[in-house]
Amino acid sequence: MSKIRAAFEKGKALIAFITCGDPDLETTAAAVQAATENGAGLIELGIPFSDPTAEGPVIQESSIRALEGGITTDKVLAFVKDLRKTVTIPLVFKTYANVVFSYGAERFFAACGEAGVDGIVLPDLPFEEKEEFQDVSRKYGVELISMIAPAKRERIAKIASEAEGFVYVVPGHEKQTACGGACKGNGGSVIRDLSAITEIIRQNTDVPCAIFCESGDKGQLIEAAGVFDGVIVEETVVSLLAEYGKEAPAHVGEYVRSLKEVL
Amino acid sequence: MTNENGRFGIHGGQYVPEVLMNAVNELEEAYNYYKNDPEFNRELAELFNEYAGRPSRLYYAEKMTKDLGGAKIYLKREDLNHTGAHKINNVLGQALLAKKMGKTRLIAETGAGQHGVATATAAALMGMECVVFMGEEDTIRQALNVYRMRLLGAEVIPVKSGTATLKDAVSEAMREWTNRIEDTHYCLGSVMGPHPFPTIVRDFQAVISKEIKEQIMMKEGRLPDAVLACVGGGSNAIGTFYHFIEDKDVRLIGCEAAGRGIDTFETAATVNTGSIGIFHGMKSYFCQDEYGQIAPVYSISAGLDYPGIGPEHAHLHDIGRAQYVPVIDEEAVCAFEYLAKTEGIIPAIESAHAIAYAQKLAPTMDKDQIIVVTVSGRGDKDCAAIARYRGEDLHE
Repeated sequence: MSKIRAAFEKGKALIAFITCGDPDLETTAAAVQAATENGAGLIELGIPFSDPTAEGPVIQESSIRALEGGITTDKVLAFVKDLRKTVTIPLVFKTYANVVFSYGAERFFAACGEAGVDGIVLPDLPFEEKEEFQDVSRKYGVELISMIAPAKRERIAKIASEAEGFVYVVPGHEKQTACGGACKGNGGSVIRDLSAITEIIRQNTDVPCAIFCESGDKGQLIEAAGVFDGVIVEETVVSLLAEYGKEAPAHVGEYVRSLKEVL
Repeated sequence: MTNENGRFGIHGGQYVPEVLMNAVNELEEAYNYYKNDPEFNRELAELFNEYAGRPSRLYYAEKMTKDLGGAKIYLKREDLNHTGAHKINNVLGQALLAKKMGKTRLIAETGAGQHGVATATAAALMGMECVVFMGEEDTIRQALNVYRMRLLGAEVIPVKSGTATLKDAVSEAMREWTNRIEDTHYCLGSVMGPHPFPTIVRDFQAVISKEIKEQIMMKEGRLPDAVLACVGGGSNAIGTFYHFIEDKDVRLIGCEAAGRGIDTFETAATVNTGSIGIFHGMKSYFCQDEYGQIAPVYSISAGLDYPGIGPEHAHLHDIGRAQYVPVIDEEAVCAFEYLAKTEGIIPAIESAHAIAYAQKLAPTMDKDQIIVVTVSGRGDKDCAAIARYRGEDLHE
């Protein structure tokens, strides 16, 4: 069983995102520790990218702070290697395709394997482009996490059937779905209902399924946890880092504990 | 030519978040249907001819030719199109496509404001809502165009993130599209971004080279020896090149904005100074640091101030079919002034980059050779900035 999957075996997993180096790597390490001690099952470590096109202002600003603080991919890799001495839960990177590509995929994933990184989330690498890194990430035991958003049934099934690590579900609202019936060609409507999406995923894979909860709102989390194996919180954690800086780890710990209690 | 997966050699592709895949797939499906639809093409041809004023003139620049003493120079006058630039070609095509798809709202990014103005124009014409994202820095540099867009009924949103320039406007427009796909079409302004945009935009801009070919055959009875155009993302350049790609004797030359020089950090010459990367939905050449962080770029021309280049250009460069040359600010400004004084044509500062290279190239060629330079837009919008560059205290 992969280490990532094992994290979902002990009840609903709480997944927290932390940008590496915001405000500095010492604080990142303390925040990871605090999140882990308070029940996080998996940590997404952000390698900052100058232009994170899939993120809102909170994470954009966090990435810029980290880059301005002098964070580089090399520094992050060395940091994680060090972090691994004390942190045993699965760690996955979240970054953009260009960070991996420019470092050299082979060199990047080899370093990930060596540092003990279990997986990677690349928001700008959809199913159609995963061949870019899939072979080499597998070679070094790094699971390439698939994202699923509201889509037609066939698309959800196709992505799920090849998923590894966990499935990262991005919920969508009404305005996010294309094809209001006006487009030509083969029809089939976009499935938006989360229970329906999960059902299709479960029919096609036994890889655990986690959902992204943008607001980190507890009510929303409880509802999501009913359907999914885990929940992902990103912006709320990063907001704490923005607000409290070096003092943030205690707040991150407290926040994670409060979520874990309701899951 | 685009291959099946939206690739041009190794470049292109669809590196976008999963939430956008529905939208790009829907767009591809719709485009594949309408591009062969006679009614769509009839309507588009009518818009081109009756509204935008096509075909644009292929003008023999006799004084410039005599002055430079080499190859015969023709100017493809895209500056004479409605809204003053080639941007309208793509925008009319995409707006019509969006309308056929049932969309009621257009969003766009803009640098200098030309694409924003063109999009706002098409939206007004077709009764669609329009929102334009523009780097805050550019809203200040191009205040007049901001007013033009608002006058046309568009909402202009200043983008404050990142470097507050064109690349950030593209990122913000992509984010907005992610949030609102149902009624919204992202009218991307150049031959960049995820497939199918580089192909769609190229096809709508290819009218430029289609016309050049017909016009030069009429005037000279033969093909030109070289065609030149400025390149940022590369839409007027691919439009200028496209129908000549198979004519191997026609040199294709793209003129990049080198800012203060390709040996400085203040440049936007992507092919000359960049490296291969993945950004804004495509694999191509980008100005970036060793860790893949996108570099802040600089050019006097807000329209060429972009850290990437369209994937088809990247491919034409790789296979050696097209050549991409750097032109610095000073050369472009001199060409801007030169064309005004020599031919009575004030080109956009973007287009002046191509004029500048023509000034270098023409004297090295024989008198019986022919070059065509695309004047992608008119330069009214740049007059105040160029005056300031020359030390005059002039403000709009």
